[in-house]
Amino acid sequence: MKILVCISKTPDTTAKIAFSDNNTKFAADGVQWIINPYDEWYALVRAIELKEADPSTVIHLVTVGGADTEPIIRKALALGGDEAIRINADIHDSFYIASQIAEVAKTGSYDLIFTGKETIDYNGSSIGGMVAELLSLPYVSLATKFDLANSVATIVREIDGGEETDTVSLPLVVSCQKGMAEQRIPNMKGIMGARSKPLKVQEPVAADALTSVVAFDLPPAKAGVKLVSPDTPEELVRLLHEEAKVF
Amino acid sequence: MSVLVFLDQSEGHIKKSSFEAANYGARVAQQLGVTAEGIVLGNITDDVASLGKYGLKKVHTVKNDTLDHLDAQVFTNVIAQAVAATGATVVVFSNNLNGKSIAPRLSAKLKAGLVSGAIALPDTSNGFVVKKNVFSGKAFANIAVNTAVKIIALSPNSFNITTTDGTAEVAAFAATVDAPKVTVTAINKIVGEVPLSEAELVVSGGRGLKGPENWGLVTDLAKLIGAATACSRPVADIGWRPHHEHVGQTGLAIAPNLYFAIGISGSIQHLAGVNRSKVIVVINKDPEAPFFKAADYGIVGDAFEVMPKIIEAVRKLKGA
Repeated sequence: MKILVCISKTPDTTAKIAFSDNNTKFAADGVQWIINPYDEWYALVRAIELKEADPSTVIHLVTVGGADTEPIIRKALALGGDEAIRINADIHDSFYIASQIAEVAKTGSYDLIFTGKETIDYNGSSIGGMVAELLSLPYVSLATKFDLANSVATIVREIDGGEETDTVSLPLVVSCQKGMAEQRIPNMKGIMGARSKPLKVQEPVAADALTSVVAFDLPPAKAGVKLVSPDTPEELVRLLHEEAKVF
Repeated sequence: MSVLVFLDQSEGHIKKSSFEAANYGARVAQQLGVTAEGIVLGNITDDVASLGKYGLKKVHTVKNDTLDHLDAQVFTNVIAQAVAATGATVVVFSNNLNGKSIAPRLSAKLKAGLVSGAIALPDTSNGFVVKKNVFSGKAFANIAVNTAVKIIALSPNSFNITTTDGTAEVAAFAATVDAPKVTVTAINKIVGEVPLSEAELVVSGGRGLKGPENWGLVTDLAKLIGAATACSRPVADIGWRPHHEHVGQTGLAIAPNLYFAIGISGSIQHLAGVNRSKVIVVINKDPEAPFFKAADYGIVGDAFEVMPKIIEAVRKLKGA
C-alpha cells in the first residue's frame, strides 16, 4: 500500500501575528516555523502507525513551497515516511496547491491520501476536498478514527452533535483531526535517518490560482476586561443580562 | 443569474447554520441585483417554503434516499447541476462540518474560487472581495475571488439574521444522483445536548475545577441558560470530559455569543479556538491568568465560592 501525506509549513502556534508590505504579507521575521499540527500529529502519525502494522506500506510526504520548507519536511521524515517530494513553487492559493498535490498523486498512484483538517494559518480546510475532486476520489473529512482491512477503510468522522462511521473502499482522500493518533517526538535514530532519506524537488505544473489576498487586518483591540468583585457575583449576572444582553 | 445557497439538513431538518447561510445569500443577491435560491438534498420534513422569510425566492429539492447521508462527491455533482440550471454566479455554504467537505470539491469541479470561513458580506466596489478568518481567529484576510462563479463558505454564527415576511416557491429539481462510494454504517449523536458547533451560549470548564465530580458548576449554569458545555484540552486529555467538548487550537473552534470560562487560564492555543466569541467571561482565581486580557467580563475569585452564587442569581433571574 502507498500513502501520500500532505505536509504544510505554518508559523508556530504562539507566533506573533503581524503583517508587512502595507498589510499584504505575513511578517515572517523571527517567526518559528513548524509542521502544521494537524498534518503532523494526526495525518502523518496515523500513516506511520499503519506502516508499523503493515511494514510493506510505503509513505511519501508532499509539500508545496520554496527551499525554506526543507527543515520542516526533514523533521517530518524524522518522524517517519520513506521519501519526500517538494514542489518548488510559491504559494498562490489553495486550488493552486491542490493542483500540484493532485499531479504528484496521479503519477504516484497512491491508495490513500492524508491531509490535516486545516492549516493553522489560512484555516481553509480546502486542500483535501480539492485534491479528491481533481482525482475523482471519495473524500471523508474531519476523521477522528481510521482503520483498514482488506482495502476497505472504516472511518469515524465528526458530524454536528456527534459522530458517524463510514466505510469506503480505497483509494480515497481523508482529512485528519484529533483522535486519529497521538503526537510523537522524533528520536535520534529518526533524525539521523531522515538525513539520508530521498527528498525530491520537482518543478510545479501550470495551474490557476482562483483567489488572491488583497490585504490582511488585525482584529480591533479589546476594550479591556470589566472586573466584578468576587463578593458580588450576582452583579456579573446583572451585567450579562442588562448590558451584554446575552441571556 | 442567481445566488444559490446549499441548505444542509440532518434527519429531515434544516440546520440552524443554514438559515444564516440563506439569509447571507439573500443579502448577497440583493447586493448583486439578482434572486437568492436554495437547494436541499435528501428527504426533508421541514416546511421549506418558510425559508422565504430568510429571503430565498425559490427552494429546489432533490428527494432521494441516497442524499440522506453525505457522500461529498455525490453531493458535489448534484449541486454542480443546480449551479448550471440556475445560472448561479455565487454559491453559499455554511462553513460547518458538511460545508467543509463539499465546498472545496465544488470549487475544484467548477474552477470557482472559494472563500472558506467568510465573516462578512462581499465588498463588490472593486471586484469581489470577502473577509475571512485566518491564523485561527487572530487575524482576517480580505480575499479577492477572481473567477466568474464564486463560492463562499460562511463561518457559523458570524452573520446577524434578519427575517421578513415571505414564502419561497418550492420546486423539485431533477438531478442525476450517482451511486455513493461512502457507506454510512453508524451514527452516534449525543442526544439532549445543544451541539457545540451550533451553540449561541457556551459554558466551559478547565483544570481549575479540580475534577469531573465538580462539573455541576458548569452543567447547572449551562442548563439554566440553555448553553452547550465545553472544556479545555487538558480536561479532555485527562478524561474528565469527552473529547468532543474540547475547544481550542486542536479541538473545535467556536464563535458563540457568550463564552463563559471557569477555571481556564487561557493559553494561546485555547484562545485560538474561542477568541471569536462575542462576549467572553472568565472566572479564575489567578489575577495573572492570560485569559483576562481577552475577556470582556471577569471575576478574580475561587470558582467554588463564586459559581454557586452566580448559578443562584441566574436561577432567580430565570424564575426557575
